[in-house]
Amino acid sequence: MLRFQTPVAPSAGAEPAAQEAASSSAPRIELHTSRISKYLDFSFRYSLLLCSVSIIAVMGLFFYELTSRSKLSITKFGFGFFLGNVWDPVSGDFGARPFIYGTLVSSLVALVLAVPLAVGVSVFVTELCPRYLRGIISFTVELLAAIPSVIYGLWGIFVLAPLLRTYVEPWLGKYFGWTGLFVGPAYGIGMLAAGVILAIMIIPIIASITREVLVAVPQSQREAVLALGATRWEMVRMAVLRNARVGIMGGIILGLGRAIGETMAVTMLIGNRPEVAKSLFAPGYTMASVIANEFSEATDDLYLSALVEIGLVLLIVTVIVNACARLLVWSITRGRTGRANA
Amino acid sequence: MPSATRPTSLWRRLTNFCFIALSSGAAFLVLAPLAAIFGYLVYKGMGSISWAFLTHTPRPVGEPGGGMANAIVGSVTILCLGSIIGVPLGIGSGIYLAEFGRGRYVNVVRFTADVLNGIPSIVVGIAVYALVVLPQQHFSALSGGVALGIMMIPTIARTTEEMLLMVPNTIREAALGLGIPQWRTTLQVTLRTASKGVITGAMLAFARVAGETAPLLFTAFGNQFWNLNPNQPTAALPIQIFAYAISPFDEWHRQAWAGALILIVLIVVAVSAVRVVTSRGNMANNA
Repeated sequence: MLRFQTPVAPSAGAEPAAQEAASSSAPRIELHTSRISKYLDFSFRYSLLLCSVSIIAVMGLFFYELTSRSKLSITKFGFGFFLGNVWDPVSGDFGARPFIYGTLVSSLVALVLAVPLAVGVSVFVTELCPRYLRGIISFTVELLAAIPSVIYGLWGIFVLAPLLRTYVEPWLGKYFGWTGLFVGPAYGIGMLAAGVILAIMIIPIIASITREVLVAVPQSQREAVLALGATRWEMVRMAVLRNARVGIMGGIILGLGRAIGETMAVTMLIGNRPEVAKSLFAPGYTMASVIANEFSEATDDLYLSALVEIGLVLLIVTVIVNACARLLVWSITRGRTGRANA
Repeated sequence: MPSATRPTSLWRRLTNFCFIALSSGAAFLVLAPLAAIFGYLVYKGMGSISWAFLTHTPRPVGEPGGGMANAIVGSVTILCLGSIIGVPLGIGSGIYLAEFGRGRYVNVVRFTADVLNGIPSIVVGIAVYALVVLPQQHFSALSGGVALGIMMIPTIARTTEEMLLMVPNTIREAALGLGIPQWRTTLQVTLRTASKGVITGAMLAFARVAGETAPLLFTAFGNQFWNLNPNQPTAALPIQIFAYAISPFDEWHRQAWAGALILIVLIVVAVSAVRVVTSRGNMANNA
């Protein structure tokens, strides 16, 4: 250590000399490290490595198990599995189209409702609201994410569905019935109810990512636009949202991933009828809820295998969706958090 | 400079006003369901929670009374089993990511953890059914614990990593400079400095899986009676709430609300405690 305090002439020859001195000082430290502690260091490092391998192993096992258990259904139905309209366990005919349709439509309804609200609340929190409200609002939105799905479902059955049945659906049918999306009897329970409850559930995900991305927009950008005489709205539009749009997209995709796989609340609200209907008032069925409802009743191998194949599709779709979202969000926030891999 | 004092045009003021109104409205609309859900939970649940509810097992349909005592205990059992699996693996991988984090392998682990985090819980349920329940030939609390534990790993790993990265490098260097071996430096200096954050992450993961129903449907399965054997089907609060909520009986609906209130109180207490601990932890880290 003392060596570095003595002034060394900055010449080309001095540097190798210093390196030599450094490497020769290394064994002196080694003297104090006993063999046992070296062994402990080694085993410490590799047991941690083993822990981290478990993450990849779990992922691999999931894929392996689901693929091998659904082989029966994959070989029997092939690609027709995704197009078939009939789901009849008794005759052994399985087509997943109603479930794929239900998952897509309920997630889409959820996104249409959730995205404006989530972006709105994030903009409100980061750009508009007084400082003392900031923490409270973001904490409350976080709480929304902490409510279990089954409680959303319970609330949906007894509060949301009656509300939709008596007020919202008749009104929608009267004024927007011509679109064909809001026709038929208003049950309350159905595709629309599932979409609304999903929207409430994915808002916190989209909002928290969006807030993170909005905060990452440099303050100088805002100040520059404001200095040019922009109003608040123009500032948000030109400086904030434009810079943050890729990250917001990532948040939206992440919310979509959650909506696709959400099970309990949807199962309780969508009506569980395997049909493809255009009206949002009609009951439907999603991929996750058919597994939840029928998996423990599936007795014969083909039935079980068909359900596992639906699970495999869910797994593949959510892995792709989440991978895209993560890459987008990482590309935005990576520089700011100063990760080791940046 | 006439342009500098020219008033903002009506159109621009109008759009600005609409923007502020809409975004405040969005904030209100997002907070409204939360208030509605909590309000209903307290309103419906309070009336149904009784001593009998907390100490009795479910009664058959038609008989009044009965409770969810076995489900509460079952949930605690399954969550303990899950934590025993998930917490060490999660913290271990988090330490590896933060302290030995170089190169491609670590990035792959990070990415896999994030993706694993987004996998639907029902898929975890099926996979654990295939991995544990099928070989065992019966449902069990243990398999439920495995499912919940697997769901905890990625969350805990990522928060642990983040918390450890916040520990200044000078602290590590100081410890290593004293000749303390790497493993003791990591466990007793780095991890200890970040301990509050790490505990927070573990508790958040715990709170998240505490309300999970889907992965338990075909692993723990549920049970109407007392069972303390981890190798047998076990009742869990979320499963019980689900079963009662979709039943056609008013008495069961009331019990579902009561169970939901108990579940949410447990989770909110955990999350709020986490909030308090983190805000203090941050202060300690800054100091």
